[in-house]
Amino acid sequence: MTSPSDPRWRSLRKVVLGIAGLLAFLVVWQLVPTLGLVDREYLPYVTDVGARLAREVVDLAFWRRLGLTLQAWAIGLAFASAAAVVLGTAIGLVPFLRRATHTTVEFLRPIPSVAIVPVAVIIQGINIEAALIIIVYASFWQMFVQVLYGVADIDVVARDTARGFGLTRWERLAMVVFPTALPYIMTGLRLAASVALILAITAEMVIGNTGLGTLIMQSRSTPGDAAGLYAFVVVAGALGVIINLVFRFIERRALHWHQSVRGEEVL
Amino acid sequence: MSAPPRVRPAARLRRVVANVLFAVGLPALVLLAWEVLAKAPEDAVGVEKFYPGPFTVGAAFVDNWTGRAFAEDVLPSVYRLAIGIAASIVIGIAVGTVIGLARWLRESTEPVLEFFRAVPPPALIPIVMLLLGINDEMKIAVIVSGAVWPILLNTIEGVRGTDAVMTETADAFRITWWQRLWFLVLPAASPRIMTGVRQGLSVALILMVISEMFASSSGLGYRIVYFQRNYLIAESWSGIVLLGLMGVMLAVLFGFVERRVLRWYHGMREVERG
Repeated sequence: MTSPSDPRWRSLRKVVLGIAGLLAFLVVWQLVPTLGLVDREYLPYVTDVGARLAREVVDLAFWRRLGLTLQAWAIGLAFASAAAVVLGTAIGLVPFLRRATHTTVEFLRPIPSVAIVPVAVIIQGINIEAALIIIVYASFWQMFVQVLYGVADIDVVARDTARGFGLTRWERLAMVVFPTALPYIMTGLRLAASVALILAITAEMVIGNTGLGTLIMQSRSTPGDAAGLYAFVVVAGALGVIINLVFRFIERRALHWHQSVRGEEVL
Repeated sequence: MSAPPRVRPAARLRRVVANVLFAVGLPALVLLAWEVLAKAPEDAVGVEKFYPGPFTVGAAFVDNWTGRAFAEDVLPSVYRLAIGIAASIVIGIAVGTVIGLARWLRESTEPVLEFFRAVPPPALIPIVMLLLGINDEMKIAVIVSGAVWPILLNTIEGVRGTDAVMTETADAFRITWWQRLWFLVLPAASPRIMTGVRQGLSVALILMVISEMFASSSGLGYRIVYFQRNYLIAESWSGIVLLGLMGVMLAVLFGFVERRVLRWYHGMREVERG
């Protein structure tokens, strides 16, 4: 028997409504240029954008550019998270360092990463290194702040117990600090991953190193290529959704033992 | 409430001095090291040219961002930023409340909204430019097109999470729809809404700069790109300082507003923690 309160029925309803909403959105998009509310030149038909997408996904040049974007994203994210975990743990564990760095962090963190673009370009030229500077800068802070919170969240009793049992510094780091900070690190990693993608594409648009961002800019400057522009922006959005889903999945797997994940399963 | 423990004046003075030292110590050290390591522009050779000292950057800052440039380039940008943020907050909360209150609406819009949030905001700039042309409204629309999603989605989550007992109590007392919205739903959602606003602020600042980088003959973003294209190194660094100051000021302003709006919430959390 299925009743409205059955969880399976609820999730089915959610999927159906979600697909219906998506379809409704696409229909409205198709209707707006069909009815002439906005000129086709500015808002192309969904079908045109779809056809363009279908043509791009069989084009090797498209995948090569996408690969370049993901390459910059991956390198930047790896650098930023490694640096953030090391520095965040070191600073977070030592109260003196935490107090001494507070104002510096609070000034550097809000600097919008695009502000660094001109200096990065002047120093590195128009290439992936300049892009990496701003990708690393932006995603570093997302992760760093989470690591600081995570390391500060240590249960005092657990810490004292570990000391009492005579665990060495490294054992304490591995068995007490790391498990405590892991949920925060995973959250930071997910946030940093989406910020790194935003900056990877922004860098390509503003600096001009090749990738998905340059495809967007090329379509923009090609007259009559509105379908291409919309298609590439849709690709950028899809990439964002995929990265978000993948890192959510990783987060759940890495924290399967943690209350926040186990609690959801019971419900 | 117990009175705070009495502290001897000498000890209190020592604590204040320590706090001040902790606050300015590292920044002062960094600036000092920077000044010592950097060469004066006329002596710099090769790579050294890219890293002018703090005094050179400071002088460039005063020359380029104060006085007339402040009125002509900084103020219009700040004005557009303010309008864009205000519009994002109003639209985000209004639409988010409507969607959050109706479950079928929430479930049917979720995939589309999640997609829009996942689109890197700067990628939307060419589309907004295509639809609206290049003008002031377009730059404000660009800011809204990026900053509205975190506010909207957090409002939906916040409204959804209204305590069930309170909702039933409100129903039992036959409170009118407006009263319910104003006294129950919005306050209950406000911590999430403020989280969304904080995320929206940083997106808005970035989009203000980029929209002017692409399409402008004035404004902060235009000036910064101009410095880059003309290889004006100290001036480019001064742009970082300016945007850093703006970021800090936005954060301070937000912190002030958040403390006022969420005073009840922080108070409650403190009581819970004991």
